[in-house]
Amino acid sequence: MCSYVTEKTPVEGSGKGPQGWFGLSHASVYVDHPYFTPLEHTLNIDFIREDAGAQARVAVELSTESARALVRCIESALAAAER
Amino acid sequence: MKDDLRAETIRISGHGGDQIKAYLAQPVDGGSFPGVLVIHHMPGWDESTKEITRRFAANGYIGICPSLHHREGPDASPDDAAAAARAKGGVPDERFLADAAGAIAHVRSLPTSNGKVGVIGYCSGGRQSFLAACTLDVNAAVDCYGAFVIGSPPENMGLKFTPVIDRARDMRCPLLGLFGAEDKYPTVEEVGQIEAELKRLGKTHEFHVFDGAGHAFFSPDRPSYRQAAATEGWKLIFEWFGRYLA
Repeated sequence: MCSYVTEKTPVEGSGKGPQGWFGLSHASVYVDHPYFTPLEHTLNIDFIREDAGAQARVAVELSTESARALVRCIESALAAAER
Repeated sequence: MKDDLRAETIRISGHGGDQIKAYLAQPVDGGSFPGVLVIHHMPGWDESTKEITRRFAANGYIGICPSLHHREGPDASPDDAAAAARAKGGVPDERFLADAAGAIAHVRSLPTSNGKVGVIGYCSGGRQSFLAACTLDVNAAVDCYGAFVIGSPPENMGLKFTPVIDRARDMRCPLLGLFGAEDKYPTVEEVGQIEAELKRLGKTHEFHVFDGAGHAFFSPDRPSYRQAAATEGWKLIFEWFGRYLA
């Protein structure tokens, strides 16, 4: 399927793209056909800075299993840091 | 089949007079040819869509494919521009229609045009092809698995697509629809509802739903490619355009 579902959230932080580091404004998260990964569908995340043009993007395409594992790792790391 | 083609990136006048990029491919052996407006899928103005445009040229058509994401990144890679367009909620219909009208006008202005222009779109472009068939001066249309012709995206989808089925009464050209039985956007049930409405309105149409195929079965560079459906689909496309654009 082409899910069309796009979740978008403001983010504070930085990403490193082809032109080096830049400040982020948002992250777009969606399940759709990947550009590069040889899978039917992937969980795609675009870390972007909206006022800096389309090139200001750090993109990842993850298998759904990898995406869920990543979510667990992020939650685990944050919880450990808060202890 | 024509082996001698010319393919190039040109600028056309789009929405608001913007000079947007378009990929133009055409036979070079003289004569007059119908045009085909190729509407790229949501992943953007990419290599595979340009290959489709060249394929039309190789089969005796003037193929033109405007970059609908030009404003999001005129010099960005197609995937970056597509991501930027997605983050904004997709391409507004008004902008699309004006860009498409500009592409159609450009084709008809060419000395090699026979005056007829068809439109074909894939994925989100399938819905846009349907919309163009209801709005613009085109002679035939093909909708390849376009979602949200009927039904709206859930609010959390983040995309601003609205259904266009209520425009069907204004459809001004024959429509060929090609869909996958395993697709969820659109579902087989939705395809049936669209077909029923076109039948009720007396609009010339022909719909095919391919078993064993889902969304994007025409994309040869993706795992969703389905050889049997794509081969039969291309045959149907050329028969359709051959019938109405000659």
